[in-house]
Amino acid sequence: MFVRLVYESFRRQKRRKLLAGAAITLGVTVATAMIAVATDIGDKINRELRTIGANLVVTPQEDSLDVEIGGINLKPPTDGAFLSEADLPKIKGIFWHNNITGFAPMLPVSVAIEHHGKRQDVMMLGTYFAKKVAFGTDEFATGVRTTHPWWHVSGAWPEDSSRDVLLGERLASRLDEKSGDVIMLAGRQLRVSGILSTGGAEDDEVVAPLALAQEILGRPGAVRRVYVSALTKPEDAFGRRDPKSLSGAIYDRWYCTPYPQSIAFQLAEAIPHSHAEQVRQVSQNEGAVLTRIEGLIFLITLAALFASALAVSAAMATTIFERRAEVGLMKALGAGKLAIASIFFAEATLLALIGGLVGFVVGSGLAHQIGHSIFNSEISIQPVLLPVILAIAVAVTFAGSAAAIRRAVGLDPVFALRGEL
Amino acid sequence: MSHSARDLAASRAHGPHTSMFLRMLVRAAILRRGRAASALFAMVVAAAVATAMLNLYVDVQAKLRREFRNYGANIILVGRDGTSLPSDALSHVDYVLAGRGIAAPFGMVVARTGDGQAIVVAGTEFERVRQLDKWWSVSSWPLNSSSSANQSGNPIPSENQNPHPFAPLRAGSVAQDATRMGHPALIGVRALATVAPKGQAFDLSFQGRTLQVAPAGTVQTGAAEDSRIYISLGDFVAWTGVQPTTIEVAASGSPEEVASIMSQLTQAIPAGDVRPVRQIMEGEARVLGKTRATLLAAAALIILTAALCVLSTLMGWVFDRRRDFAIMKALGASGRLLNGFFAAEAAVLGAAGALIGFLVGIGIAAWIGRVNFHAPVVPRLSVLPVVLAGSMAVTLLSAILPISLLRRVQPAVILRGE
Repeated sequence: MFVRLVYESFRRQKRRKLLAGAAITLGVTVATAMIAVATDIGDKINRELRTIGANLVVTPQEDSLDVEIGGINLKPPTDGAFLSEADLPKIKGIFWHNNITGFAPMLPVSVAIEHHGKRQDVMMLGTYFAKKVAFGTDEFATGVRTTHPWWHVSGAWPEDSSRDVLLGERLASRLDEKSGDVIMLAGRQLRVSGILSTGGAEDDEVVAPLALAQEILGRPGAVRRVYVSALTKPEDAFGRRDPKSLSGAIYDRWYCTPYPQSIAFQLAEAIPHSHAEQVRQVSQNEGAVLTRIEGLIFLITLAALFASALAVSAAMATTIFERRAEVGLMKALGAGKLAIASIFFAEATLLALIGGLVGFVVGSGLAHQIGHSIFNSEISIQPVLLPVILAIAVAVTFAGSAAAIRRAVGLDPVFALRGEL
Repeated sequence: MSHSARDLAASRAHGPHTSMFLRMLVRAAILRRGRAASALFAMVVAAAVATAMLNLYVDVQAKLRREFRNYGANIILVGRDGTSLPSDALSHVDYVLAGRGIAAPFGMVVARTGDGQAIVVAGTEFERVRQLDKWWSVSSWPLNSSSSANQSGNPIPSENQNPHPFAPLRAGSVAQDATRMGHPALIGVRALATVAPKGQAFDLSFQGRTLQVAPAGTVQTGAAEDSRIYISLGDFVAWTGVQPTTIEVAASGSPEEVASIMSQLTQAIPAGDVRPVRQIMEGEARVLGKTRATLLAAAALIILTAALCVLSTLMGWVFDRRRDFAIMKALGASGRLLNGFFAAEAAVLGAAGALIGFLVGIGIAAWIGRVNFHAPVVPRLSVLPVVLAGSMAVTLLSAILPISLLRRVQPAVILRGE
């Protein structure tokens, strides 16, 4: 009888059930989409913040002092220590290798450029553009195109295996060269594949594939420093602790948290004779920006959950209130309060489950859409979210119905049947 | 119908209905307090959420821009072709900025340490750098030195007028104040290991002139600063005779405002080359754009949900009163009057809900601002008309929809309860 009552109620009151179900579906859709966006926004913004540049730098341990003014290093290029290019793929072998979005080695060389018979010295920077590097069975492309996304090239980026170079835009306009021209650099005829614009010191320099710079310097395999872009967690008091002072499980926890410090520590471990450090300008500030944005989206998600809970409650209250006459009839026929309440709760649960399921699917689609249109990447939905969302949907539907059901059950059947309330 | 009754009807037709109309409105709200209150509550919540979201959407840019200014300079002013800037360049920059940012001058030379090693020595104003480059990890700022050109709160450059406490040190001469430890300096952590591993005072020489420097603190940034020595600009100019070559400017505001500051700087200082720090500007634009887009999507979803909540509550309320409607119709109320009645009711509800909700929403936005950004979100009155119009549109829609359905039904059918 109970099952039949619930079944018939759904069969005969399609319009009302559809309305309530739509409200639940909408509420759950919004909740799912917002929770999915909120859990993923940190990662997405972190990736956007990588636009500002690498947050870690690896230098030789026993290096002499840099003599750098205005981005130009006056230190003799052969002076000091070097890192070995062969060690670089190990960067992708550290514990947090999935958080490394890219790295770019740098090797500055001072070269003579011959132009209309005049010689002048310019800086040449050897680096990777989008070089294919293999670590184990992993193959990936890395270089300045990922770590320095604000570098713009008019013309074409050189191939990493080629002998083409980029000319900084101020240098190019001084020399009156354009992409496609051939220039005499350090006694070699090199083709300019494009003009580079960075807004920084590179505008006055020549940027070349690393192998070419090593050849000119006469130091095969040498790298002066490596910029590493990593997705990190904003540092806190624990992250700032010195790993040497930690022991056992605490050390493991520090090591296995992607703080800039622990990733730097692992980089220095992976590359022999190196020293890795966070670029404070980038890493310190991104923590602040990230915390703010995550906090904002979290608070807004709370607001969204609240609004959708309210919408569901309102819809449930209305549908139950409309059925007072039915309640009156049941009571007149001798149904107890418990029997009536359980019918309504059973209906509410059924509605919540169906609406929740549909809402979850639509909400996942919505989150997917938001991820694509705003961030150009997937927003992943954890499957564990489904039971949580369903539980929330049932709880909210119950809470929204409770007050209305209590009122309906408390009605005097005589008045309710006469429709005088 | 009797003669007098017709007169009465005629006089009513022309006379003011207003008192009756008002009474109906007020009694409707009082007699069904519960439902009226729940409809109003839904409206208030919707308006509050909409106000808070719109306020945040407008304000979040400014809040996040402030966070991004912590990244330091977004404009760099350098002397053309490596020359020094004119000595009044900084006051020009301050004049152009007019409080819309902070600027710090830097002069740099390559000096030699006692054992002949080349090292970059920079002169700057510590008080400004401290505000500009907040990410510098400094053990202690040499701020209380009398030779730093400015005290805090007075960022007007005056290093040239300031009586310098130390006479310029001539080559080979012993400083007259040799009893003092030397000129306070901020030493990069990598430089410290080379020049003063024990933190002792040391000599620097530039073009034959020496300067005794006492480490006052260390600076660590992970970048070129780690290999440098920073002294106050007054000391630097007196020692080297070189004016600052670079002014780093952190200009606040929208991209248009920053662009206008850049063009004003170009005009004010023709000897300088004004360059944007593109990595900061592009990163800022990207992150702000994406955050705002996410916020907009969230706001749209939330406002839509809230509006639908109001719609369903109100429609339920109006449907519930179909008996009132039928009685009014049976008593001879015209369609226009009925429409007007329910529309007026909806409008009053919408306006009241919007006003209360606006206040609540401003409170929510201010709270979010305080919790998340540690600065209140400024209430925008420009949001009010939008919220008001939106609320009234939703309430009117939710009143008119059921009425237009009910109008087609005979009053008798409704009154019989069918």
